[in-house]
Amino acid sequence: MKHTLVAAMDESPAVLNRVVSLFRQRGFAIDSLTIGKTHEPGVMRLTIVVDGSKTAVEQVVKQLYKVIEVRKVSDLTDDKTVERELAMIKVTSKTAQLRSEIMQVVDIYRARVVDVAMGSLTVEVTGPTDKIDSIVSLLKPYGIKEMVRTGTVAMARGVMAGQEKGREALATRDGGRLREVS
Amino acid sequence: MRLNGSQILSRCLQEEGVEVIFGLPGGTIMPLYDEMHKHPFRHVLVRHEQAAAHMADGYSRVKRDVGVCMGTSGPGATNLVTGILNAHMDSAPLVAITVNVLSSMIGADAFQEADISGITIPITKQNYFVRSTKDLARTIKEAFFIARNGRPGPVHIDIPKDILTLEAEFSYPTKVELPGFQPNLEGSMVQIRKAARLIEQAKRPVILAGQGVLISRGMDELRALAEKANIPVITTLLGISGFPQSHPLSAGWPGMHGFVYSSYAIDQSDLLIGIGNRFDDRCCGRFSGFAPHAKIVHIDVDPAEIGKNVHTDVPIVGDVKRVLSKLVPEIRECESHDTWLQQIDNWKQQFPPKSYPDDTPELFTPQVIQKLYQLTKGEALIVADVGQHQMFAAQHYRFDEPDMWQTSGGLGTMGFSLPAAMGAQLARPDKQVWAIAGDGCFQMNLQELAVCITENIPVKIAIINNGYLGMVRQWQELFWNRNYQHVDLSGPPDFVKLGQAYGIPAWRASMPDEVEPAIRAAMAYPGAAIIEFRVSREENVFPMVPQGASLADVIPDVPYVPVVVPQPIPVVAVASAPAAPVPAHAQGGASR
Repeated sequence: MKHTLVAAMDESPAVLNRVVSLFRQRGFAIDSLTIGKTHEPGVMRLTIVVDGSKTAVEQVVKQLYKVIEVRKVSDLTDDKTVERELAMIKVTSKTAQLRSEIMQVVDIYRARVVDVAMGSLTVEVTGPTDKIDSIVSLLKPYGIKEMVRTGTVAMARGVMAGQEKGREALATRDGGRLREVS
Repeated sequence: MRLNGSQILSRCLQEEGVEVIFGLPGGTIMPLYDEMHKHPFRHVLVRHEQAAAHMADGYSRVKRDVGVCMGTSGPGATNLVTGILNAHMDSAPLVAITVNVLSSMIGADAFQEADISGITIPITKQNYFVRSTKDLARTIKEAFFIARNGRPGPVHIDIPKDILTLEAEFSYPTKVELPGFQPNLEGSMVQIRKAARLIEQAKRPVILAGQGVLISRGMDELRALAEKANIPVITTLLGISGFPQSHPLSAGWPGMHGFVYSSYAIDQSDLLIGIGNRFDDRCCGRFSGFAPHAKIVHIDVDPAEIGKNVHTDVPIVGDVKRVLSKLVPEIRECESHDTWLQQIDNWKQQFPPKSYPDDTPELFTPQVIQKLYQLTKGEALIVADVGQHQMFAAQHYRFDEPDMWQTSGGLGTMGFSLPAAMGAQLARPDKQVWAIAGDGCFQMNLQELAVCITENIPVKIAIINNGYLGMVRQWQELFWNRNYQHVDLSGPPDFVKLGQAYGIPAWRASMPDEVEPAIRAAMAYPGAAIIEFRVSREENVFPMVPQGASLADVIPDVPYVPVVVPQPIPVVAVASAPAAPVPAHAQGGASR
């Protein structure tokens, strides 16, 4: 099944190589992988969606922890999460009639038109992966000239009233302490 | 204080207490060699960088501290790779330093350039590519810290040449900041108490003690646990010297060529306590059939090892010594294990190690190892290579002192024993060190014989020569219809003459009665010495758990039956150096 893993890790040229290498060695096909900065200087956040058995994913999580630069890893698959992906889709729109039809689809999906040219419209849409899949399939008949998707980013939901506690999957507050060396 | 990179690196190594460095210089590493000799290191000039890594590995396993090896860019660096991976598989702390081409040339396919830090990512615990001289001191500090702490392992540092000549302000850091590297050493008391309850209730418990016992220096704690709860101690191949084999609770080692009684004990146990081990496939047989009746407690400092290969009921992540010292006081009244210990002893009597009469018409490897054990009084430091001789050595030498048994376990690197024995000898100058190598293994790193002379390293080398890649031949015999393909190594070289060419005295023993005089002569000689033992060509190692079988299916050995018709050894004559004459009655034959 699909697993969504998130990891907080030190910014370094080699760390992405190390992480991806672990998935390669075990033969995981990576559905999507995104990496970007966080609010903490020097800490990057990675979201990776992979297909694999529960035990295989558990093992890869443990191996990820062995990467020195990796501070925290969470498998969000069974958690309440917010998952988002952004796509930009350049659609052929030769006539006013077609443009207006496309605009209707864009409205329904709460997407936005970010560029209009002579023969095309560029649509920006954000949402969970299945929403993106859905708008893509609706726009396809008009002719997609070009498309780009960012891949999923994910975050566990915060505390709700009445809940014991929420879960900041990648809180790193305790992670930065210095260690004495004898 | 402003220093250049070479000065900084040398000062850092000194700060880390490095005494010996194994290496070989080349074009890019010259700035470092220009500086290093001003510092109190012993540099051992090897003849091949692979041996530098194995020497540092052997040194580290006996010294129980970091071994340091270095090489130049490109081929110098790639030659280290096998040795680095060998250390990685066997959790040996290593710092490997390579110097790459100038920063401005990196990525330009410059002469002797290799993306060595890209190559070592999956075979190191951590690796670094140093981009600025000011990062050098922090990098070295971190490298040694990571290599030593938690589960030890190799760390590789690649430094472009110009970083060594540029200057930076130097002060050696006293702290490391590694938020992602916080090994859990203490172990959870909740889990430790759960383990104690299981131990109290167990009727047929066994301990499976790995090298982690030796690494954490937890030998006394292991012994305390075994004696308090009266539990037999089985070790892994690498853990053999972690528990005295003369102890009444010592119960051998299991696995592909381990003792039958050890494998049976694991198979029939109702509680298995894994301590600093990693449930390797050669040790456990088929995982689904491993210890089928047992609850499993696993103590290891590396959380990724827990549950990796076998299901674990009570996982305890922590340092072996610390966890055991907390576990032992938690254990109260245990069940009596006398019947169980008796059962194991019965198996032990039923399946004894193979023994041979003294007057066999040819020489057998166990005779050599047993004689070596007897003459060295079991006090030698044994470094075995990989193959049949390795298994015979583990079966027939007995170890009572920690660290006295070293071999390449996880990677199974042929060619390991000579350089590793040399490194071990430098770590323990007080010990007589024996490298035991097959004829195939020995030829993979024999160039280091020169270094035995130049560095005055008095290792004794036992070459177990059956003229075959013996273990491969055994598999071809048993599993490939005796279709012997490319395993015959008979013919050159003449190992006695080879030793002489390096200035190392060498003896040859082809018959059981020639073994003792040869070993005595080699032991009496003050420097490095070689003995070639010409052993039975087609002797097989048993017991054997075939690949894919479970420990219960171990095939025991059969008693020795004298061979009636010996088969001649095909001797490939070399024009200038004819093979040594072998008495007709000493020529090989099948042992089974």
